[in-house]
Amino acid sequence: MFGEILKGMATTLKHLFQPPVTDEYPEKARPVSARFKGRHHLHRYDNGLEKCIGCSLCAAACPADAIFVEAAENTDEARFSPGERYASTYEINMMRCIFCGYCEDACPTEAIVLGREYELSFTDRAGALYTKEMLLEQAKPGAIYINTPVKVEPGTFDRAIPDMENPK
Amino acid sequence: METLTDGQIALRAVIVGLIVTFAVITGFAYTTLLERKLLARLQARIGPNRAGYIPIPRKGKRELRLLGGFMQPAADAVKLFFKEDPTPAQADKFVYFIAPMLAVIPAILILAVIPWAGPFTLGKLSFTPYFAIAPGVNVGVLFVLAITSIGVYGIALAGWASNSKYAVLGGIRTSAQMISYELALALSVLPPVMLANSLDLGQIVEAQRGLWFVVLNPLAALIFYIGALAELQRSPFDLLEAEQELSAGYVVEYGAMRFGMFFMAEYMKMISLSAIAAVLFFGGYRGPFVDQVPALGFVYIILKIFLSLCLMIWIRASMPRLRYDQLMQFGWKVLFPLAVASFIMTGIGIVLFEEGLLNINLGF
Repeated sequence: MFGEILKGMATTLKHLFQPPVTDEYPEKARPVSARFKGRHHLHRYDNGLEKCIGCSLCAAACPADAIFVEAAENTDEARFSPGERYASTYEINMMRCIFCGYCEDACPTEAIVLGREYELSFTDRAGALYTKEMLLEQAKPGAIYINTPVKVEPGTFDRAIPDMENPK
Repeated sequence: METLTDGQIALRAVIVGLIVTFAVITGFAYTTLLERKLLARLQARIGPNRAGYIPIPRKGKRELRLLGGFMQPAADAVKLFFKEDPTPAQADKFVYFIAPMLAVIPAILILAVIPWAGPFTLGKLSFTPYFAIAPGVNVGVLFVLAITSIGVYGIALAGWASNSKYAVLGGIRTSAQMISYELALALSVLPPVMLANSLDLGQIVEAQRGLWFVVLNPLAALIFYIGALAELQRSPFDLLEAEQELSAGYVVEYGAMRFGMFFMAEYMKMISLSAIAAVLFFGGYRGPFVDQVPALGFVYIILKIFLSLCLMIWIRASMPRLRYDQLMQFGWKVLFPLAVASFIMTGIGIVLFEEGLLNINLGF
């Protein structure tokens, strides 16, 4: 009986001389996995136009009813996305969102994507509503249209998606 | 050696008492921190290290934080002061109020007879026969055992006064556990008393001049230590205050600072019983060069108490809990007969030694 007790005590003593396994967050953050479902981003095409067409399939797919979408029609003077519609209002209520990724699966244009940030605290309820400005990402370098809305020649964009190269 | 009037003796006892009490209360606060950090390190994690630290900026690397967490006891105390302090409905108000005090006061009273250092003179003051709050109490061991028994009152009354089923059950079971192990504790204290021929704790320390009593009767030391662990409701005997079992036992209805008082009682008793173990078995303030430099006595006894606390924490990290019936069985059927056997053996050993049949070099 005493032998086992002493063996147990030797095991804990061994841990005293090993480095602890604690990660000291926030000084050191653990890297997240490749498909980690964090904060949402509204993506743009390579030419700078928004991908979101305001179809609100993501709002329909959301099990927690966290997304609110209002669509409006693109005009050539003020064009947000290629095609006919864009999302004039796009809000995600982070208090309702369960980060399941169904909106990402439902989106036909891969506009809404869940990224890798998880430090999303807010201090009042109004701060939980992430608006389109907060969610929309910046245009990538090399984009023709840096900021939407843009004024384009009539007839440039008559398809819902712009001309893109096939992925290699 | 000057003769003091009674008033002067009392004044000196009060001043030494204040010094020792404040030292031990600081010690208790840092014992909680020691426990958390040591327990964490034994479990391969870091303990609390955010509450207070000494920042040392370094170039190129993250700043170094020294002594992380040394203000954690203060933070805990502040938190406990600010928590809500409820009183259960239809509880016995007076008993509910004084039960935490009845738990804490005996824990601190034991310190009155512990010798912290040998006899020395500081200018005009001479501390003879040893430095303690109440030096020369010739029934020191009896005093310790009696005060430990009074500690049971606080817990039983706390359980009763809370007017809650779990609290009453917890209080009764805890008192039963404590009085069962007090028996083994008292019997295991007898061998040092027999070897030193005195109940005075200072005399017991002086009698360990040559050889510590743990060498002469290790079984008694072991039984004392196990009995002390059970008396303190420390692991592996802490079923009754574990959060998972019995929803925290007799303190379930106590909030804020009252809970803090029970907490303090447990840790102060840890320190007090470690000190008694050091005095009875490990030579108290004796150590190398303590005759020439009496102040080293403080260092030695504090070191021994520290090691004993580390051992208690180590045991807590390593062993699972005993179920209540296993605990009572162990106390009555194993520990009590062993304690009786150990003191009979010590008695036989002393008689044989005096008859000259057993020659042990006791060093004096």
